[in-house]
Amino acid sequence: MADTRPTASIEAVESGLAAQGYIASRQIATAVYLSQQIDKPILVEGPAGVGKTELAKAIAAWRGMKMIRLQCYEGLDEAKALYEWKYAKQLLYTQILKDKLGEVLGGAQTLGAALDQLHAFGDVFFSKEFVEPRPLLQALEQPNGCVLLIDEIDKSDAEFESLLLEILSDFQVTIPELGTVAAVAPPTVILTSNSERDLGDALKRRCLHLHIGFPEQRLEERIVESRVPGISQTLRRQMVGFIHEIRSLDLKKLPSVSEAIDWARVLVLLQANELDHEIVKDTLNVLLKYEADIEAATPQISAFIAKASRHGVFS
Amino acid sequence: MRENLHRFFRAARGAGVRVSPAESIDAMRAVAQVGFADRAVLRDTFLLTLAKTQDEKRALGDCFDLFFSQPEPQQQETQEQDKTDEQSESGGNPEADAHGDTSGGGAESENVGPLAQMLLSQDRTAISTAIANASGAASLSDIRYFTQRGIFQTRILDAMGIQRLRDDIDDATANNPALAERLQEALTGLRGTVRDAVSQALLLYGREEAENLRNEILRNAPLARIEPRQVEQMRTLIRQIARRLRERYSKPRKRQRRGHLDVRRTLRRNAAWGGVPFLTAWKRKHRDRPKIVALCDVSGSVARVSDFFLLLIHSLHEVVDDVRSFAFSGNLIEVSDILEKKSPEEAMKEIMAKVGFGSSDYGNSFDDFEHGWMNTITPQTTVIVLGDARSNNLDPRADILRRIGERSKRLVWLNPEGRMTWGFGDSEMPRYATFCTVVRQCATARQLERAVSDIVATYQ
Repeated sequence: MADTRPTASIEAVESGLAAQGYIASRQIATAVYLSQQIDKPILVEGPAGVGKTELAKAIAAWRGMKMIRLQCYEGLDEAKALYEWKYAKQLLYTQILKDKLGEVLGGAQTLGAALDQLHAFGDVFFSKEFVEPRPLLQALEQPNGCVLLIDEIDKSDAEFESLLLEILSDFQVTIPELGTVAAVAPPTVILTSNSERDLGDALKRRCLHLHIGFPEQRLEERIVESRVPGISQTLRRQMVGFIHEIRSLDLKKLPSVSEAIDWARVLVLLQANELDHEIVKDTLNVLLKYEADIEAATPQISAFIAKASRHGVFS
Repeated sequence: MRENLHRFFRAARGAGVRVSPAESIDAMRAVAQVGFADRAVLRDTFLLTLAKTQDEKRALGDCFDLFFSQPEPQQQETQEQDKTDEQSESGGNPEADAHGDTSGGGAESENVGPLAQMLLSQDRTAISTAIANASGAASLSDIRYFTQRGIFQTRILDAMGIQRLRDDIDDATANNPALAERLQEALTGLRGTVRDAVSQALLLYGREEAENLRNEILRNAPLARIEPRQVEQMRTLIRQIARRLRERYSKPRKRQRRGHLDVRRTLRRNAAWGGVPFLTAWKRKHRDRPKIVALCDVSGSVARVSDFFLLLIHSLHEVVDDVRSFAFSGNLIEVSDILEKKSPEEAMKEIMAKVGFGSSDYGNSFDDFEHGWMNTITPQTTVIVLGDARSNNLDPRADILRRIGERSKRLVWLNPEGRMTWGFGDSEMPRYATFCTVVRQCATARQLERAVSDIVATYQ
């Protein structure tokens, strides 16, 4: 059942998300709490794979709400994001109702009279029945509220940003033929961005701005623990330490949390008990996605493993 | 508390975080929800509502830490412990103390003013509050320049009643030297505390003005002659300029509705009218993004300007499609890779090691370019040559420059020297200028910005 009541405290958000397997840092929890308290969208920025999209999923699961996702891409316009008229249905109905129209207009003597009679029927073909709601309109129409995820907003055009402004600040959209549609229950809106381009100030102003970076060692260990329960504590500590070492290198694409989780799964599958040079070398392609990166990291493996193990001993 | 929040917003603006009124309202609503109890949560709240980029978050975090760390009143030496103890016991109502306290220990201070009372009682919270109140009365948050420190200190001390304290000290010197000494020491301590408070305020509120002033001076200073300690500041300034240019030119401008009919989209759009085309859709015009080939002289005095120019050009990724940079003095090499991979300092060092410090030979360098990289120039390319055109009386090979100009969209020459000197001595500028689309002087950061901005604007 959807729980639309605002959450009591930041700690409640933290534990609620944790119950869904999403380990949130204090800052993330504060952002989610505030967005519900003051009805503001959250704009989440950060490198790929740190759990921006996961956050929206976790909130939806935790609050028992439906999640509506709008994936942005270049050329996305209002017909695909907001609403579209059901053209085929409109055409079909005009064909079917042709005879009916003849009847209605039968009494009219002049063209003017016929037009007047037609006007009396109003815009039958531009009514709610003929609107095909797209994700944004769907989100506003959910009676119990929902989580609206606008994914990778930086991929869309600048014009699309302006289209979002009305939804983000007032939770309503204006359809010229129908008037303004306001949200039944204000949705929780999450926007994500990989900072591929700078977003407009107007958009940023309407949002809480949350930056999720790579997590600290402890937090990442907890995340791996919650996602890959089968992994032993020593291995977890070692592998997270190893990934932190890797991130200090100059690489094209640094391994992020999702890669860490994948790697943990792989290590469990291979039934590794601790990191050694051989196994890391064989599975490095899970962590690093470019040939050049792998080449750069390979000579350092032994040193990193040693460092990661030492780290494990003292903490 | 609202007053404090407003002061914090002003401090945040001073730190370079753009806080609009709407954002400050949001922040206040958010703060009303989370309260002031937990400082970490309060900090997170401000970071979420006010700061909109990583840099802003960092600046705001520092500003927050500075703002909420009030300068502690300095610990005064506790001599005659017993007397001060009695003082603080009877503290609470300074008026009553001043007039009604006749008990033994407090007798000596019965005639002193409230400020002296406070100092003697060593009540640090009271002193802090008094300084904060006096700062408010003196509108300390208006402080902008470091030259204003003195006047604000005087105003605050006046507001706290230093006149009465001085009178007290004068009186006491005659009657009670020990008391006078204590007061004098306390006054010194108080001055120190107020000085710290004013310095902190200057740091918080004056930063923006001070930085604007400094940047204004820096923007108009000749790049070739700035001092080494200013190089880092200049790099920051160049990065700001790059950001500004990116913001201005990275968003696509309104596309032109001209050209061929887009049949597919027209049919789809008019399906509702049975395919009768009421609304037309046009094929969108493709617009080129700038391609730049930069040839930079790195000899002698031009090297500095080239350094900053290359830094600027290479931080315009969002705006410019493709940049190929070349550096030359006696001969010419491509430096794009070095600039992409290394930090500006290291890259420049490496470039200088490879081609720098020779006497410039424009003819030979152009020859190198024609043989090696002439095919990088397409009709969409803007070629920028940065140099003083002083070729040490060697063959200038203006014919190569002509061919470059013919192949490219535009050929721009940026010369760090003033127009007056073009053509004098070994300067070949007039001969080269014939083949250039634009020749402009480019000696300061401001001129650099104008030049690059114009180049990018021709593609819009």
